[in-house]
Amino acid sequence: MTLLTLTDLSVRFQTNDAEVRAVNDVNLSVAAGETLGIVGESGSGKSQLSFAIMGLLARNGRASGSVMFDGQEILNAPVKLLNRIRAEQIAMIFQDPMTSLNPYMRVADQMAEVLTLHKGLSKRDAVAESVRMLDAVRIPDAKGRIRLFPHEFSGGMRQRVMIAMALLCRPKLLIADEPTTALDVTVQAQIMALLSDLQRDFGMAMILITHDLGVVAGSCERVAVMYGGRIRETGPVRPIFADPTHPYTQGLLDAIPRVDQDDEELRAIPGQPPNMSRPPSGCAFEPRCPYRREGCASIDPPLEAFAPGRARACHAPVAEVAARHMRADPQPDLVAAGDALPADDTLPAGAVAGAGAAGATQTPGSEAKP
Amino acid sequence: MSDLLNVRDLRVTFQIRREGAMPWAAPQPLRAVNGVDFALAPGETLGVVGESGCGKSTLARALIGLVPATGQAEWIDGKDLLALTPRQMMAYRQDIQMVFQDPLASLNPRMTVGQIIAEPLTTHRPDLPRAQVRDRVKAMMDKVGLLPNQINRYSHEFSGGQCQRIGIARALIVEPKLIICDEPVSALDVSIQAQVINLLIRLQKELGLALIFIAHDLSVVKHISDRVMVLYLGKVMETGPVQALYSNPQHPYTQALLSAVPVPDPTIETAKTIVPLAGDLPSPMNPPSGCVFRTRCPRARAECAASVPVLTVGDHQVACHFPGPLTEAEIAHARRTEAA
Repeated sequence: MTLLTLTDLSVRFQTNDAEVRAVNDVNLSVAAGETLGIVGESGSGKSQLSFAIMGLLARNGRASGSVMFDGQEILNAPVKLLNRIRAEQIAMIFQDPMTSLNPYMRVADQMAEVLTLHKGLSKRDAVAESVRMLDAVRIPDAKGRIRLFPHEFSGGMRQRVMIAMALLCRPKLLIADEPTTALDVTVQAQIMALLSDLQRDFGMAMILITHDLGVVAGSCERVAVMYGGRIRETGPVRPIFADPTHPYTQGLLDAIPRVDQDDEELRAIPGQPPNMSRPPSGCAFEPRCPYRREGCASIDPPLEAFAPGRARACHAPVAEVAARHMRADPQPDLVAAGDALPADDTLPAGAVAGAGAAGATQTPGSEAKP
Repeated sequence: MSDLLNVRDLRVTFQIRREGAMPWAAPQPLRAVNGVDFALAPGETLGVVGESGCGKSTLARALIGLVPATGQAEWIDGKDLLALTPRQMMAYRQDIQMVFQDPLASLNPRMTVGQIIAEPLTTHRPDLPRAQVRDRVKAMMDKVGLLPNQINRYSHEFSGGQCQRIGIARALIVEPKLIICDEPVSALDVSIQAQVINLLIRLQKELGLALIFIAHDLSVVKHISDRVMVLYLGKVMETGPVQALYSNPQHPYTQALLSAVPVPDPTIETAKTIVPLAGDLPSPMNPPSGCVFRTRCPRARAECAASVPVLTVGDHQVACHFPGPLTEAEIAHARRTEAA
């Protein structure tokens, strides 16, 4: 059963400089009990997507399209409706637990507040229920520690408190936005194991937003790879990791050093992510793509299904990308200079040092302000 | 070949008043780095890993004299860096440079890129003519993959990856023998991170630099290092050549760390066994007696609390009373105690 359906969801921000197109025409669905991973680098729009679902966009942000949750349209819904759905139906946990907990309130008070507001429990019952939930997230001595303030917990324990608080009303969907990025690896492993246990016990769906492909590999069933505000590839986790069909997914997987393998040189993706206040007219990945061809710079490829459950947005044929015949092996120096270079690599690598690159610094590709 | 840097019994102790203690209470010692020994050959890369609070950044800061330390750090010419006066240390700062974690915060926003990169040069070689300084800055910018015509721009005009290149250029301009990188890529995106790692490896080969590479990401450290040192609560748990340490970790802590690293392969990632660590990192103000890791160790026994294990000698060193791979039974036992 489909729990959440996003149709043509777009997010725009009005800034003094320009309109920033953070998210563009995203179509996604999450089934009940499922785990969906959303992967992308900073600025790819993955967090703004989740903020739009929750109605948490900044004041200058506008979302358009449709978000259906459990048969109900919740995008730009009245606050009254949203307040019923948030926490009760959809809960969210954030990257930095310290800044998302209220430092002035004891954990008991902030947790109980959720239950007294949403479920109308008495304070005493609410605290008792909160203790049970802290037990569920395996905080030792929950009864004693619920009286503490957030700063008295360690980073991992704080994230557990956040998770417990999010689960108080037994939501059907949990959105976890980089839940382990601020944590050490051993703690990250504990939190991810905890999340998957809780998900099973409570039977809830989860959207896991992360930049770490390793985390996705361990805990998601499906994954959507975002770049430049759009989904570039989506499908079940195993085939996407085994044979990625989008050049960006492939580039990401090749760029990560692996602890379990002896990798030679890392294949860095040359260049840098697009500036979304001046989005490229065609495919946002085109300037960095080894498979680019005619048309890539002018036409943004739509997300098209090519196998059951899998879809990709790329002009290059599946077979060509899957065969990994990199048309241009990125040379180390071009990779380095690519940071600052304009989209077209008509400049030979050697010309970078010369005055020939003078015009390069003002192109939309670089982050320099005009 | 003699060592570029030979560190013996390095200790950094901060005097800190306990949380909640009265203002007149005597401050307590916090041993951030507690007796670390290592040697570094010219051109070699030493990776330092550990969780937050293990003292890896303090170790780096101690080596270049940013925090007071005791012990010995013998430079290749026989001088003890820790015994030098600040004025004497100046000369050695030319040989030891540092690259910091936050690329934007470590660059002065009111200086142009040219000024930032030139500053170490004008400090250490004040007699160098300005035209020459400018030439060398431009050559260095080219080397690290920045456009030399961006010399008059400010750091906010660059992306994170480019700022890290500026930081690297600033460190390299005085032709150091050793660069200490404190989490140089952890603030960067995956695709940019690979660019900076490749750049560091290439420059190291070209210039014959030694690197001390501090990071919490074990995959990155594996990729770049020749030798790796694992720290926990200011002490070395295990150290050795990268191959030996990653393929055959002896210390239970190293095994736990390595098992927790997520692998971007669903088949491996979902099938692997993670060694759980019980509880939290103990307070460094009040470290456990004996082996500092014993409170979380799946193999801790009575002896671990009684005496401090010493680092074995040899190429692959380990500080543990009972080293060796953890058995299935031990991992299962650890999982039960963690769940309880």
